[in-house]
Amino acid sequence: MEWFNDFWSTYSTLVFSVGVHALLALSIWLTLSCGLLSLANAAFMGIGAYVSALLTLQLGWSFPAVLLAGGLAPALVALIIGAPVLRLSGVYLAMATLAFGEVVRITVLNLEITGGPEGLNGIPLLTEGWHIALILALTLYGLARLRRSKVGRAFEAIKEDEVAARLMGIDVDRYKLLAFVLGAVIAGVAGALNAHFTFFISPREYGFENAVDIITMAVLGGTANLIGPVLGASIITLLPELLRSLHDFRSFVNGAVLVLVVLFLPKGIWDPRRFRGWLQRVKGGRA
Amino acid sequence: MSDPTLLSIRNVGKHFGGLHVLQDVSFEVPAGSIYGLIGPNGAGKTTVFNLVTGLLEPSNGTIEFMGNSLVGLPPQRITHRGIARTFQNIRIFKEMSLLENVMVGMHDHLNYSPAAIFFNTGACRSAEKRARERAFELLSWVGLEHKSDMLADNLSYGDQRKLEFARALATEPKLLLLDEPVAGMNPSEKTILMEEIRNIRDRGYGVFMIEHDMRFVMGLCDRIAVLNFGRIIAEGTPDEVRNNPDVIEAYLGKEDEA
Amino acid sequence: MLEQQLLNALTLGSVYALFALGFTLVFGVLAVINLSHGAVFMVGSYAALALVTHFDAPLWLAILGAMLISGTIGLLVDVLILKPLRARNAPHLIPMIATIGVGIMLTSAAQGMFGAEVLRFPEETLPAGEFIVGNVHVRALELAIVAIAFILMAVLFTLIKRTQLGRALRAIAESPKAAWLLGINVEGLFHVTSFVAAALGGVAGVLIGLDFNAITPQMGQPILHKGIAVIILGGMGDIRGALIGGLFLGFAEVISKAYLSSQMGDAVAFGLLFLILLVRPSGLFGRKLERKA
Ligand SMILES: Nc1ncnc2c1ncn2[C@@H]1O[C@H](COP(=O)(O)OP(=O)(O)OP(=O)(O)O)[C@@H](O)[C@H]1O
Ligand SMILES: [Mg+2]
Repeated sequence: MEWFNDFWSTYSTLVFSVGVHALLALSIWLTLSCGLLSLANAAFMGIGAYVSALLTLQLGWSFPAVLLAGGLAPALVALIIGAPVLRLSGVYLAMATLAFGEVVRITVLNLEITGGPEGLNGIPLLTEGWHIALILALTLYGLARLRRSKVGRAFEAIKEDEVAARLMGIDVDRYKLLAFVLGAVIAGVAGALNAHFTFFISPREYGFENAVDIITMAVLGGTANLIGPVLGASIITLLPELLRSLHDFRSFVNGAVLVLVVLFLPKGIWDPRRFRGWLQRVKGGRA
Repeated sequence: MSDPTLLSIRNVGKHFGGLHVLQDVSFEVPAGSIYGLIGPNGAGKTTVFNLVTGLLEPSNGTIEFMGNSLVGLPPQRITHRGIARTFQNIRIFKEMSLLENVMVGMHDHLNYSPAAIFFNTGACRSAEKRARERAFELLSWVGLEHKSDMLADNLSYGDQRKLEFARALATEPKLLLLDEPVAGMNPSEKTILMEEIRNIRDRGYGVFMIEHDMRFVMGLCDRIAVLNFGRIIAEGTPDEVRNNPDVIEAYLGKEDEA
Repeated sequence: MLEQQLLNALTLGSVYALFALGFTLVFGVLAVINLSHGAVFMVGSYAALALVTHFDAPLWLAILGAMLISGTIGLLVDVLILKPLRARNAPHLIPMIATIGVGIMLTSAAQGMFGAEVLRFPEETLPAGEFIVGNVHVRALELAIVAIAFILMAVLFTLIKRTQLGRALRAIAESPKAAWLLGINVEGLFHVTSFVAAALGGVAGVLIGLDFNAITPQMGQPILHKGIAVIILGGMGDIRGALIGGLFLGFAEVISKAYLSSQMGDAVAFGLLFLILLVRPSGLFGRKLERKA
């Protein structure tokens, strides 16, 4: 147990980060699974983080209530902007959600209650390892169930061919909104969890670069199933730590990994179909 | 053929800017029959389907299904009312398995709640199981049951048409619209499909199809409408249509061009 | 006072326009949101600085060299990364992510080579002189910046509007497949576009580096955001829109900084952008674009 305590005191923040990033990658996985290229999830995370931190600091709400609010607040925002924004598709949707993200970031930067550019300090460290583990497990389970239900099939149908999906009786607009809002809930809860273990949050953590990071995790890991985003989040979080010895050039390797994966592993690192192909070749080789 | 009217199209026109694609089109598709729509390339046939299924709105005229107007309804509501279609340029979900493709068609008929999904309740499980069985049944019906786990992308052209057919049936339509259903099929496949379409009619459903294969149309349809340059130039039984001078001219004219 | 602000705005706006022009060119022709454009801008800045300080190059030569270096990077990115992605028909998210990777690599390389601290052009290499028109102080430097930006933009516009090359580019922007059927060397023009766009980005970097006389590895990030704002404003892929949008953004920024708080100015700007996208996805100044259903 000694070694574990040592390990935990050094690396607990890192493990927490992996969990939170996995949640974020799953949140974008959900919107992507419906064919929506949204860059709003960093902003939703930020809304969740600020709302929850303020509820803790100013009103002293209990942690479960704070987490719930952290998920619901961005969901409400997503519900409001969803209808107009989701009429756009492809790159236009990406740009609109990006602009929305900037609006959120800059608003937070300028409000008094959010502490402006300095952010919020002294957030109680309420998040414990098992909170993140439990929520991550629940999210994974929920998404896995969703995938195998009519909702998951509707998402996939919409991603492949919106017109055909409509003609199968699917209310495409409603399902897109559902994916967008559920993504916001997950991102918001991740933000709330994050705020309560980093002690401090600032608008810088929820900008464009973060939105791009989140999407990168999902795409790097692979979006064919739920393993990909979790794997991608782990890699993006851990890689800089593993490359510490490279100092100034470590993010260079980070960038290079990104380029190489995109070039040589088109479906991301976790690609069940490629694995099946390998398996068949191995079997074929033996026979 | 004393069955009531399923679909009634009255004085429908459609123009894209200055391009008049359909003008004053009227005809009625009765229940329990197979209705054919033929005409040269670019006559506006697919446009009629797009209007009926809500992908386009008519510029004027009315479209009624079982006595209720369809104009202005979104496509999914129209599917809900009981109209399904296949596409001339096949639109299956390529990255999904055949079984999943058909199960997407059952979307409207799976009524479990979000909570049931999360907690995987008995009701949800049994609904999914029934849907799976039904999908398998439909796939068997078009002869694709042994490929049910394959990705739709890997199917041959003819098989893709069959899959689309099964998927359309999965929505449990009262009226089935088929846009050139036998294009790309071999003669024996055509004969099988012909049987299946008759089967559907005999169960009391309506079938409304666009087809270029004259033998197929004439052998199968109870009534036929002929569209040329966006206007109906003839309507009646296959024999009536076959002997109509306007139709002969339209088709001879087409052969001149070819 | 206002006249002085207007001059600042013109300087800033013309550089934004130059930067956005490259950005929008790549989007219009290659249909890629090139998120390494900000890093290429930064590379241009460092390249000119290195040429001036290490090789004693005169400023004009340094600018040319910076164009060449950043253009080459753009070309390499297209040949080594974007071309294989095109060949396998990757969905548009994928090239965008690849360019993020490139941006990270370039930024990190610059930091490794030049350090994280702010670097400056030696005072004596900058065009000196200042004269007064009415009550406006005009620095020769600013004049040079505006002149270079506008000359380059004029050259690009003439190229696109009047030459065979430009017609071919416009054909590709409409539909690469149709252009290919017309016998246009689409791949070749993709390479040319990438080179030219990156070269313009590089010059913009030099000019901003000169204007503020401050060069850092991170300097590409804020301008990338501006570039995105400009192409939303001007219409994605619309080069005339990039020019008007760039100038407009320059003015908006300078004026709002002078008369509002700088932060609020940004908030208003992006709020407007968001609304513009909802109401007119083709941009405020853009012509109506066909949207994918
Ligand atoms: N959305 C649209 N916008 C503009 N024109 C259209 C549109 N849809 C169809 N058209 C035009 O309407 C005309 C009829 O097209 P339609 O697809 O209905 O013909 P069709 O009878 O199905 O022909 P085919 O036998 O080749 O399938 C064509 O000239 C076509 O170009
Ligand atoms: Mg047609």
